[in-house]
Amino acid sequence: MRWLALKDLRILGRSPLLVATLLLYPAIVALLIGLSLSRGPDTPRVAVLNEVPAGERTIAVGPASIDTDRYAKELFSAVDAVPVRDRKQARELVQSGEVLAAIIVPADVTDRLKSAINLSGGPAPQIDVIYNAGDPLKANYVKSLIESKVADANRVLQTRLTEISAGYLGILLRGGSFAVLGNDFEVLGLRHSKEIIDATLGDLPPDSLHRAPLREVSDFAQLAIDNLDLSDQVLAAVAEPVGIRREVLDGRDTPLETFAVGVAAIVSLMLVTLLLASGLLALERQDNTLRRLIRGLVRPGALLAEKALVAGACGTGVALLLLAVVGIFVPLAWERAGLWALAIAAGAAAFGALGVALGVVAREVQAASLLAFVLSLPLAFLAVVPQGAVSAGLFDVISVVSALFPFEPALDALGDALGDGAMGGDLLHLAVLAAVYGLVARVALPRAAA
Amino acid sequence: MCAASHVAADAVLQARGVRKLFGERHALRAIDVHVDAGEVLAVIGPNGAGKTTLLEILSGAQRMDGGEVDRPARGVGWVPQQLSIHGRLTVEENLRLFARLERVADIERSVAAMLDDAGLRERAGDLVERLSGGYRQRVNVAVGLLGDPAVVLLDEPSASLDPRQRERLWSFLERRAAAGTALLVTTHDVAEAWRHADRVIVLADGEALFDGPPAELPRAGDEADFEAALVRFLEEQGH
Repeated sequence: MRWLALKDLRILGRSPLLVATLLLYPAIVALLIGLSLSRGPDTPRVAVLNEVPAGERTIAVGPASIDTDRYAKELFSAVDAVPVRDRKQARELVQSGEVLAAIIVPADVTDRLKSAINLSGGPAPQIDVIYNAGDPLKANYVKSLIESKVADANRVLQTRLTEISAGYLGILLRGGSFAVLGNDFEVLGLRHSKEIIDATLGDLPPDSLHRAPLREVSDFAQLAIDNLDLSDQVLAAVAEPVGIRREVLDGRDTPLETFAVGVAAIVSLMLVTLLLASGLLALERQDNTLRRLIRGLVRPGALLAEKALVAGACGTGVALLLLAVVGIFVPLAWERAGLWALAIAAGAAAFGALGVALGVVAREVQAASLLAFVLSLPLAFLAVVPQGAVSAGLFDVISVVSALFPFEPALDALGDALGDGAMGGDLLHLAVLAAVYGLVARVALPRAAA
Repeated sequence: MCAASHVAADAVLQARGVRKLFGERHALRAIDVHVDAGEVLAVIGPNGAGKTTLLEILSGAQRMDGGEVDRPARGVGWVPQQLSIHGRLTVEENLRLFARLERVADIERSVAAMLDDAGLRERAGDLVERLSGGYRQRVNVAVGLLGDPAVVLLDEPSASLDPRQRERLWSFLERRAAAGTALLVTTHDVAEAWRHADRVIVLADGEALFDGPPAELPRAGDEADFEAALVRFLEEQGH
């Protein structure tokens, strides 16, 4: 087996154009796929729950009012809203993948908003968002979408709060009733103050002791100072009236850029390993040496293992090289590099086994290469279709097809290795696929050699 | 004169009652074959007679549906009809690779000897894919002879060669036979079998119609055209 492997490497070394293509092409395809990952489904299904009782959705602010239903409608406008009974059902739907996320408006949001507007203190109002981080592409899309919609809804509130703030300024200017920390104040207003001061100054003898009007002016000045102290809170309330509290299911939260790096590495691994494994075996058929070899010189299983090993080693090398280069620009957890290598090696074994199975089917190298391309790229794209982008039935079909192909488990394993997940299940999945494809190739090999 | 009339005396390879079916079609019908050390045995017959199938079964490359084959401990060399060498390796690299896979004891000496014996020394460093058909076939044959097998099975080794290359090939093969290697060769060329073989088996539709020295081929001695004689013989046998 060692001599066959050296022979294959020597043949590869004599094809610099092929090697250059094998290095550059996967990188280009990986980049293109990475770019395509920046977009998600247009109207994702999202569970929605408004816990605020129907009669308490309007907030009175002095003479003005805010209808929080209008706020919620803005929030839900860009999603395919799925109403749920309670938080438990929302969490179940997210966990099962029936919805991309859940948006929950807590019962206390109106009280908190009222407190924020009235400067009564207490925690800021927040809505709850639950999403499943099992698919980083999906999770990132949901985060972006909901944050965008919360920002839109906040703009609606900002308009209303600006009107309220303008009312406060009017009180400061003209005088009137003003509530701070639950206490009502009668505010004199700057105009009245000026009138009083002007009148007092006009009537004031040099030795007058009209202390009372001056005290009134002094009190107003103090109140104005206090209001200026509170203005930063008012501005904060206007800048972001409602915040987001996130809950992540599935235990990990892989950033999209790390996910894209994983996709790029696995696409490279897939293309290099599949093309080489299928091509090297097909080359033995094309050169007519397959029958001579398995007649007794090499055991069929060893021959297949040699091809898968050479292809897998080259694919692993290219994928790790790509990770190392990308790691210069994207922060990666280098302390987990051993796990990256393990995930990539397991993926290489499965892709190598699939490659030799394709090589057994194809009669010559060109056919093997074409078959590898035709099969691998669509299946790789299928594996990154976000849940919620297609109907539930179609997604189930896609999931089954993806599970039969090493791309998705290899991507999941590398995602776990790049993040902080456990990849035991994915490694087992890849081992099963490697065994099955290897067995298929082994059974079909004698027929191919005949 | 009839098939299997020659008894295996000092056979290095012996097969009895070899049968092969492809679906309903009988490719080989209870064929008996033996070849002795240093003997050149030619298997001749029309297309579809079963020559290649017989060689592949004797080499172990294909399973049989009945019968038995006794192969020598020193192994069986096999030269398939189509070139089966690596086009992107040089002549020497091909020989060295197959010598290693054959587990030849002294690889360097065997490869050097084979380059000289097969007249490939001058082209040792050339890629096989850049060689002429004659040279490629010599490499193909040389690979089958690596490991010094007791018997070598050659499937139409001269089919694609011009007369001069053909003579060179036979010269090379006869030297091996003289050294004690048994050769079993299939060919379409009856004249070639007449000139070079010690014994001939005529195969048609999976049946062995004749097994004996070429001189005993029916009426061959009476006709200058060996192929015409064979055709006449086959027609007389109902094929």
